Amino acid sequence: MIGLKRIGEMARLMVGQPPYEAYLAHMRQHHPDRAPMGRVEFFRDREEARYGGRNGGKCC
Amino acid sequence: MLKHIPWILLAIVGAVCLAVLATVRGEAVNALWIITAAVSVFLVAYRYYALYIARHVMRLDPARATPAHYRADGLDYVPTDRRVLFGHHFAAIAGAGPLVGPVLAAQMGYLPGTLWIIAGVVVAGAVQDFMVLFISMRRDGKSLGELVRTEMGPVPGTIALAGAFMIMVIILAVLALIVVRALAESPWGMFTVAATVPLALLMGVYTRWIRPGRIGEVSLLGFVGLILAIVYGQSIAASPYWGPIFTFTPVQLCWILIGYGAVASVLPVWLLLAPRDYLSTFLKIGAIAALAIGIVVMAPPLQMPALTQFVNGGGPVWSGSLFPFLFITIACGAVSGFHALIASGTTPKLIASETDAPFIGYGAMLMEAFVAIMALVAASILDPGIYFAMNSPVAITGGDPASAAAAVTAMGFPVSAETLAQTARDVGEHSIVSRTGGAPTLAVAMAEIFSHAVGGPAMKAFWYHFAILFEALFILTAVDAGTRAGRFMLQDLIGLAVPAFRENSSMWPGLVATGLCVASWGFFLHQGVTDPLGGVNTLWPVFGISNQMLAAIALMLSTVVLFRMKQQRYAWVTVVPTVWLLICTLTAGTLKLLSSDPAVGFLAHARRFSDAAARGEVLAPAKSMAEMQAIIFNDRIDAALCALFLAVVLSLLYFTVRTCLQSLWDPNPSVREAPAHALPAA
Repeated sequence: MIGLKRIGEMARLMVGQPPYEAYLAHMRQHHPDRAPMGRVEFFRDREEARYGGRNGGKCC
Repeated sequence: MLKHIPWILLAIVGAVCLAVLATVRGEAVNALWIITAAVSVFLVAYRYYALYIARHVMRLDPARATPAHYRADGLDYVPTDRRVLFGHHFAAIAGAGPLVGPVLAAQMGYLPGTLWIIAGVVVAGAVQDFMVLFISMRRDGKSLGELVRTEMGPVPGTIALAGAFMIMVIILAVLALIVVRALAESPWGMFTVAATVPLALLMGVYTRWIRPGRIGEVSLLGFVGLILAIVYGQSIAASPYWGPIFTFTPVQLCWILIGYGAVASVLPVWLLLAPRDYLSTFLKIGAIAALAIGIVVMAPPLQMPALTQFVNGGGPVWSGSLFPFLFITIACGAVSGFHALIASGTTPKLIASETDAPFIGYGAMLMEAFVAIMALVAASILDPGIYFAMNSPVAITGGDPASAAAAVTAMGFPVSAETLAQTARDVGEHSIVSRTGGAPTLAVAMAEIFSHAVGGPAMKAFWYHFAILFEALFILTAVDAGTRAGRFMLQDLIGLAVPAFRENSSMWPGLVATGLCVASWGFFLHQGVTDPLGGVNTLWPVFGISNQMLAAIALMLSTVVLFRMKQQRYAWVTVVPTVWLLICTLTAGTLKLLSSDPAVGFLAHARRFSDAAARGEVLAPAKSMAEMQAIIFNDRIDAALCALFLAVVLSLLYFTVRTCLQSLWDPNPSVREAPAHALPAA
C-alpha cells in the first residue's frame, strides 16, 4: 500500500511541488559545479512555474 | 487461463448490474447498482483494453527512457512514483465539468447518462487521455499545439491553437456563470466565498514570509478559516445589516467576477492564486472521497425515473433531443478534450517508466468518470420535482415556490410548494427555485448524503454551503489560472502576426492580452447572466460542443500518429471514438446553427426576434426594443462561434485524412519521436 510519506509527496505534487530532495540529489550527481537553489528558492521557482500560466490551465 | 477467472466474474457482475439498470422500470432502483456496474466495467476495461492498447497499439517499451530520465532536471522533469503521479494527474483533470454535466443530463433520466459515461470513457475519453500522454511522452513532453504542428504541419497547428483559445474562453465563461447562478441572492454562500479572498491573501503572506514552503500547515490553517466562514456565514446572512451587503443580483455578481478575474490574474501568483489552489485542490479531493464513501454508506434509492419524456427533446434544463445533445452535455466525465492539454502538460515530463502510462493516462480518466457517475447519482436521488424546480429557468417556473410547483407538477413530476419552500429552509437559502447551473442541485444532494452520515438534518444547511463553497472555490481558481493560460495562448497567437507581442520584457503585451482574455469570457458571461433562459441553456451546449471538438482533434492527432508509426491496422482504437465524436459534434453544431426550432437553433431564434422587432413587437422575455436587439446580437455571436468551431474541426479533419494518406503511401514510418534512449541502470 501507499505510505504516509508518499501521500505527503502526492499532496505536494498535486499543487506543483516536486520533492526538493530529488532536486538536490540530481544537482549533486549531474551538476556538482553549480550551487543548487535553497529550499525556499526552489519552492518559489516551482510556484512560479506552476501558476505563471505557461504550463497551461487546469481542467474544467 | 486461471488468472482470468476473477476478471470474468467481475465482468459478469458488471453485466448483471447493467442488465438490472436497463430493465427495471417503475420501482426504486438502488444507486449501488450504478456504482457497482461502473466500477466493474472500469476495472475490466483497464485490465484488458488499456493493456491491449499499451502492448499492441503503442508497444510501450519498459526499457526505453522517458523524458523524466533523459532530460532530468529535478524541476520539470522528475521520475515520479506512479501512485504519486496518478494523484497529480487526477487532481489536474478533475474539475467542475464532470460534476455539472451529469447533473444537467439527469433531465433525461439516469439511464442515458449512466450508459454514455460508462461506454464513453472506456472507448473514447480514457483512450484519448492515454494516447495523448503516450504521444507527448515520446516527444520530450511537448504540448498539444506543438504536437499537432510537428506531426501534421504548421497550418493545422495554428488552427488547433486558435481553437484551444476559443474553447478556453467558453469554459471560463460557463464556469463563471455557474458561480453566478450559485451565489446570486445567497448572502451565506456569497459571504463564505468572499471570505476565501482575504483568507487566501493571509495564506499567501504566510507562505511568502512567515513559513515559506509549508503547504500542509498553511492549508490546515486555511481549512479552519473556511469552516469558520461557513459557520459564521449563517449569522452574517441573517443579520439585517450584513445580510443585504452580501446579497447580489446576478448582473452585479457578473461584474464582480469580471473585475475579480482581471485583478486576480495580474497579481503575483504567490499572493492569491497559489494559496487558493491549495485549498481548492485538497478540498476537491477530500469532497470527492467523502462523496464516494457517503453514497456507499447511505446506499440511496434513485428517485429520478430511468428515462423521462424529455429524451425526445423539449426539456426545460437544456434543449434538444437525446441524440446528439446528451453526448455534448456530458462532456467531461465521458470524454473531455481539455484533458489533452493536461496529458501533454506536466504529466508526461514526470512519468518514470513507459509502462506507467496506462495507469496514469487511462486509469485517472476512469477515476474522473467515476466522479461523473457519482454526480449523476447525486442528482438522481433527489425528488424529481425538486430537481426540475431547481433546474428550470425562471421563464418556466415563474420564480416562486407556488408557480414552480404548479409548473413542475404539470410536467408530470408532482411536488408541492411547501416541499420547495421547506427544502430551501433546510439548506439555508431564500429559495431553491430556478437555481440553474447544476452546482446548487449537486449541493442539495451532497447535503442530503453528508447529513445522513454526519450531523443529521440539522447539519444540512452547513453541508449545503460546504458543497457550494467547494465548487465555487475551484471554479474561481480555474478562472484565475485559465485567464493566465489564455493570456499566453493569445500572446502566442497574436505574436504570429506581430512578433513584438510575444515579448515579455515589456508589461504591455501581457496586460493587453489579459484584458482581451477577460473581455472575451466576460462578454459570454454577461450574455449568459442576462439570458432570459438562464444562460446555462445557451452556453453549456456551446461549451460541450467545443470541448468534444477538442477531443476529436486530439483523437485525430492520435490517429495520424498511429498511421505514421505504421500501426494503422490498430487505428480503429482512435478512429472509432473520433468518428462518434465527429458525428455528435457536427450534428449538434449544425443543429445549433441551422435548426428551424428557435429553442435549438441560434439563427432561428435570432430570426424570430428580428422579425418581431421589424413589426415593432417586443417578445417576452425581452422588455424593450434594446433588449430585443441584445438577444438578436447574442444569438448571432453564438451562431458565429458554432460556425467557427465547425470550420476548425472540419479543416483539421481534412489535414488528418491528408496526413494519413501520405503516410500510407510512404513505405517507412514517419513519426517524429524523440530519439530512443536506453533507460539508465538503476
